[in-house]
Amino acid sequence: MAKNVGIVIVSHSPDVAKGAADMVRQMVGTHVPLAWCGGNPAGGLGTSVEAVVKALELAWSDSGVVIMVDMGGAETNSEMAIEMMPEKRRARIVVCNGPIVEGAVMAATESSSGATLERVRRAAEELYSR
Amino acid sequence: MIQAVADTVIGHADELTELDRAIGDADHGVNLERGFKAVLAKIDVIAAHPIDQALSEVGKTLILSVGGASGPLYGKLFATIGQHLCGPEELSKARVVAACEHAIGVLKTLGRSDVGHKTMLDVLVPSLDRLRATDGPASLRTVREHAHEAAVATIPMVARRGRASFLGERSQGHMDPGARSSELIVGAVCDFLETRL
Repeated sequence: MAKNVGIVIVSHSPDVAKGAADMVRQMVGTHVPLAWCGGNPAGGLGTSVEAVVKALELAWSDSGVVIMVDMGGAETNSEMAIEMMPEKRRARIVVCNGPIVEGAVMAATESSSGATLERVRRAAEELYSR
Repeated sequence: MIQAVADTVIGHADELTELDRAIGDADHGVNLERGFKAVLAKIDVIAAHPIDQALSEVGKTLILSVGGASGPLYGKLFATIGQHLCGPEELSKARVVAACEHAIGVLKTLGRSDVGHKTMLDVLVPSLDRLRATDGPASLRTVREHAHEAAVATIPMVARRGRASFLGERSQGHMDPGARSSELIVGAVCDFLETRL
């Protein structure tokens, strides 16, 4: 089981989500669990609760997972997805209030050093809290 | 009743999307249409359930199929109302009002919003107030009228939540799409009940 905190990127656009994930991969390699999703259930712009659930499972780490979202529905649907996760996991998933691309890269960098969920969250939110 | 709500929302999908084009991302009607079509696709299964489970199923279906913030918001609304109508006691106005109060509380938390933010709450909260305050055969008509007035009242509001809030004062002068869809749903429920009571 992965020890580093996982990162999930949720955008309305699959291209944005995948692009942000590519940047994270380039920064931190493969030892940070990472998954992304984007697009509504019909394949248009939007987000899908089921896709977020799958991404959370894919990037799961017992150290926890941070979710980076772009706006509105991505956040609400991510919160819905957390509710659908097994109860034991829910407390170890946080939706971060940070910019999706920069936040994901900063969170991943922090996670790659073995930081705790709380420290990874703070790194992701740093740009908005300055 | 669920069929009537779904038909009404689907029938107004283009209008909702147009409202959303003005101050949002032009997907509200499309999203709700997809959600309620998914509900209609299993309407027979839903209709076979008692009211509480039926509403929970509607909620779950909307959450999984809508793809925008309106999915979890309306999904939670229906599911929470269902959850609070569960149990052997007979349905009464008091129970329905209490269930709606719980559901609106959940929406406020989930959307981190409240009345006056130019959202669906600006229709749902006053409609429920009116339902609580009125009785008798005219009650449904006044609730429906009040829902309409409340949706119209979102036109001059400045959006504080949702995509429209990015526009700040430029969101003034447009009806909130979520308020309009809530008005449609409240209206469809009132219409349906009027034919049955």
